[in-house]
This record gives sequence, C-alpha cells and structure tokens, in this order.
Amino acid sequence: MTSPLSKTGMAACLIILILCALTPLLQSDYLIDVVTEILIVALFALSLNIIIGYSGNVSFGHAAYFAIGGYVNAILLTSYGWPLLPSAVAGVFAATLTAAIVAYFCTRLTDIYFAMLTLAFSMLVWAILFKWRSLTNGDDGFTPVHVPAMIDDRTAFFYFTMIVIVVSIAVLWVITHSAFGRSLVAVRENVGRAGFVGIHTRRMRWQAFVIAGFFAGVAGVLFGMYHRGMYVESAFWTQSAQVLIMTLLGGIYSFFGPLIGAAVLFMLERLTNEYTEYWPTVLGSILLVILLFQPDGLVGLGKRIKNKFGGGGSP
Amino acid sequence: MLDLIREFSPGLAILLTNPQFAFIQLLNSISQGMNLFIIAAGLSLIFGVLKVINFAHGVFYMFGAYVVHTVFMDWGAPFWVGAIASALALGVIAAIIERTLFRQIYEAEHLMQLLLTFAIVLIMGDLAKVIWGTEQYSVSYPASLKGATDLGITSYPSYRLMLCVIGPLILIALYWFAERTRWGRMTKAATQDREMLAALGINVPLIYTSVFILGSALAGFGGALAAPFSSPVPGMDATLIVECFVIVIVGGLGSLWGTFVGALLYGLVFNFGSVIYPNGQDVFAYLLLLVVLLIRPWGLYGKPEAGGH
Repeated sequence: MTSPLSKTGMAACLIILILCALTPLLQSDYLIDVVTEILIVALFALSLNIIIGYSGNVSFGHAAYFAIGGYVNAILLTSYGWPLLPSAVAGVFAATLTAAIVAYFCTRLTDIYFAMLTLAFSMLVWAILFKWRSLTNGDDGFTPVHVPAMIDDRTAFFYFTMIVIVVSIAVLWVITHSAFGRSLVAVRENVGRAGFVGIHTRRMRWQAFVIAGFFAGVAGVLFGMYHRGMYVESAFWTQSAQVLIMTLLGGIYSFFGPLIGAAVLFMLERLTNEYTEYWPTVLGSILLVILLFQPDGLVGLGKRIKNKFGGGGSP
Repeated sequence: MLDLIREFSPGLAILLTNPQFAFIQLLNSISQGMNLFIIAAGLSLIFGVLKVINFAHGVFYMFGAYVVHTVFMDWGAPFWVGAIASALALGVIAAIIERTLFRQIYEAEHLMQLLLTFAIVLIMGDLAKVIWGTEQYSVSYPASLKGATDLGITSYPSYRLMLCVIGPLILIALYWFAERTRWGRMTKAATQDREMLAALGINVPLIYTSVFILGSALAGFGGALAAPFSSPVPGMDATLIVECFVIVIVGGLGSLWGTFVGALLYGLVFNFGSVIYPNGQDVFAYLLLLVVLLIRPWGLYGKPEAGGH
C-alpha cells in the first residue's frame, strides 16, 4: 500500500481500464449497466476506506454524504432546471460541507463512540430527507430526475461515469500516497505516537472524513442520475452497513481492496437475486465467513494464496 | 400573544391552553419512553459488560413481538404468558449466539464485532420472514388492560399506564441485581479486570453468557410489550435499533440510570416535538442527541473513554 504502483500493477490497471472502456462495443445493455453501477459503488467504497483503512475510524453513516450529493444534484437539475455542471458541483459541495460539520463533532471521539455518532448523524440526514416532503417527495422517492441531454444516452452516460470515476480514483490514489496519506496511516496505527511526532491527529482525521465525504458525494451524484431517482433508503443506516461490508470484503488495508469488494458484492447480489429473495442471508453468511476466517478480506486471501504457491515477490 | 403562538404552531397553543391535553402528552411520553427503556437497558447492559454494540438487539426485539403474537393470538395463551415466552425464547437464542459466535470475537476489533452483529441482523431478519411471512400482524391488548383508567383530570389507556409502572420496576430490579447480588458484583468485576477475576476462579465466560442472555431477554420482553401498538412487521427492527442507540448514547454507554433518563428524554422530545411541529418528530430525536453530545460528548451519565485522545 505504501509502495508506488509497480509495473505489473500499472499494467493491470491499464488493462482493466481499457477493458472497461471497450465494454460498450459488446453492444450489451446489461453489461454496460453492470459496469456503470459497479464503478459508482466502487468509488463509494473507496471513499469510505479513506476513513476506515487510512485514518482507522469506522464510520457507520457514510451513506448520508452519498445521499446528500445525489439529492441536491437531482433536485437542482429537476426542480430548479440547473445545468449539469453547477448542479453536480453543488451536490458534491453539499456533501462535503455536511461531512465537514459532522466530522467536527465525530472526530472528538474515537472507536465505538465515533461509529455511533456517525450513525446518528446519518439518521438525522435520513429523517430530514424523509420528512421534507415538499422538497424531496419523502418516502415516495424523488423521481424522475431530469438528466441533461448530453449524457442521457446509455453509452454516453457510461463514458461520463467512467471518466469522472477514473479521475476520482486517481486523485484518491495520489492523496493516499502523499505525505498526508502516510501520516494518516501513522494515525491509524498508533494515535499516541503519531501525536508525539507532531501530527495534529484530530485535524488529520477531520480532513480524511471531509475527503471521504467529497467522493461519496461524487458517487451519489452519479447514482442519482444513473437511476433517474433518489430514494430515502439510500441514506438509511443499512446502506452505510452495506458499503462498509464491501470495503471490508475487499480488504481495508489495501488501496484497491474496496474496489474489488464492491465489484464482487455487487455481482453476487445481482446473481443471488435472480434465484432467491434471501440475499440478506447470503450476505450475512459471507460476512460471518470473512469475520471468522478471513479478517483481511479478499485481497488478503489473494496475497496468502500468492505467497503459498507463487513463492517470491513482495507480499 | 396566544394568537401568535397559534399561528406558529397550533399544537403548542393547545398544549398551553389545555392542561388535560398536555397531561396526556406527558403520559404518552413516559409510556413510550419506558417501553424503549426496557429494550435499551438490555443493549446498555450488554455494552457495559461485553463492550459489544449489538446491532442484532433490534432483531431480538422484533422476534419478541412475533413470539407474543404466536403464543397469545394464535395459541390463545394469556398475554403475560406470551410476554414471558418472548423473553425466554430470546434468552435461548442469545445463549446459542453468544456461545457459538460472540465468543470468537471478544478479542477482535470493534469493527469486526459490529459487523458480526450486523450479519446476525441480516440472517435473523430473513429467518423471521420464513417463519412469520411478510404480513403485518395485529396483537390485541390483554383483557385486563383493555379499557381506560380514570386519573381524575383525565382518563388514560390502562395498557399504556402499565408501561409507565413497569419501566421503573425493571429499573429497580436491574439496579438491585447489579448492586446487591453476588452475580452483580461479579459482573462489575468482569468489566474492570477479567484476567484477575478468572485467576480468582470465577467462570468469566459464564458471566458474559448470562449478561448477554439477560440483555437479550429484555429486548424480547420489550418487543412483546410493544406488540399491541407496534404491530409486528418485517423491518420494524431497523428504526428501533437506532432509537435505542440514540437513547444509550444520550444517557451514556453502559450506564443504567443514564439509559433510563435517555429513554424518558427521548419520549418527551418525540411526543411533544410531534405535537409542536408535526413534520419533524424523528428530526427532533436526533437533534436531542446532537445537543447532548455538544455539551457532553460521552452522554449525560457516561464516563470519558479510557485514554481518550
């Protein structure tokens, strides 16, 4: 995680990127939809990992910033007829601002208290979205969202999403591999020592939270336009738990882990739902297996297999 | 002046001019608060000793409501038999979960613990759908508490009045358990230093199991008591668990008295809030939480984290 991207890593990223970009050539609407959605949830999970994997706090209310980004953008586009750019910027700004305020309070606490407080704040956001019917249409959902003509077509929206998300992930990569990112890891590993060497730990945790809120907002903006609607459930705590599981499933101690977790979980949910309505049981069972047998997630599993059979190479 | 208030909030104007109405709202607050206290006390107790925030507590509550429906409505047993059956059933479920799953994670990070309890939420939520289906059930009031009781200035539903009485009784019972019995003292010792307690020959895992059983039985009992007005339905656990979180954080995690005060405050804010400003009932409850945390980050009766940063 601390080493810069290796040559093989770089090649793998490029290949995945090219494969993604070529998806529309297969002429399968299903495939385009799946990749678009995976990209969006992947960014959501990666953003959460800035709080969990890097600053070491567990946010149980990350869905709030996702939902705020999505709602603000959807409402400005549809009810007020704003053009895409200012509306999306306003959505992301609202998410970031809320995260900044919430983080101010939450970073006073750690651990369980931090998790509970983030949860409570997200439920406050949920309650406001739920009750402010005149603006959000309450539990009927805010739909349809007016999507600008430029990206109204499936393929166009796919490329738009892909560009936004690849740029976001690149920025996240740069942030986490900068001096700032390394200081964050120091905070996660040992808050006391990080403080002794002169890191302002509380401010760092605040900054990590704000960055995470920003990118969750970006993901939310895309989500709202992709689904042409925003629903109060996307701010509910179970949504926060879902993205937390994605992050954990992929592995919180690796940059790309959450991305893999998001993709795997998303596909699993799609496939399971075709056969049974008991997706929660499947998810719960997966979770139990990870927790009891594989706490460092899929990436950890991959590394372990590689070490066992591949020999050499850095772990 | 009153006209001004009426324009701002018709509900507040009625509250100020009609003491009978205000008194009923007060009783509503207390009865709702006491019902929530019974459930939240279990959550707080489990956190106090096991240091685990149990997301599955809401599902336990839901099971309690379903069990009372089956025993009381379907089998025709008396209501109170149903309520006790709920508590017992949840005690048994809790014992199994603690022995097989929780035991593995006491040493793990809090994230792992939270997620484990969430896995239980997911699986038990589906299990409830398999057993009871997805319809909403109605549970009638027990025969002896069906009517209303005359309190002088107004009459009030007997069942809700019973809740106002049973809450404080449970507070006293729990307090007596914790402070006056050998089990209570051992539990306290287990929160202070479990190695030392084990070295003295006390079976610490057994204490953990018993606390988890008691806490979960309270969730089941609380769920049974709530059943006549909450009407068991899938998903009823998801909002309740957050209400309980709000209560225990406001009161201070692990503090029994704090949970009691938190539950009362929650009931007051929720009920009076929704009279004064009907659109904002949920919002008010979370605002209560924010105000308390601004003044006291560890809750009203909580202690600062050990080695806080």
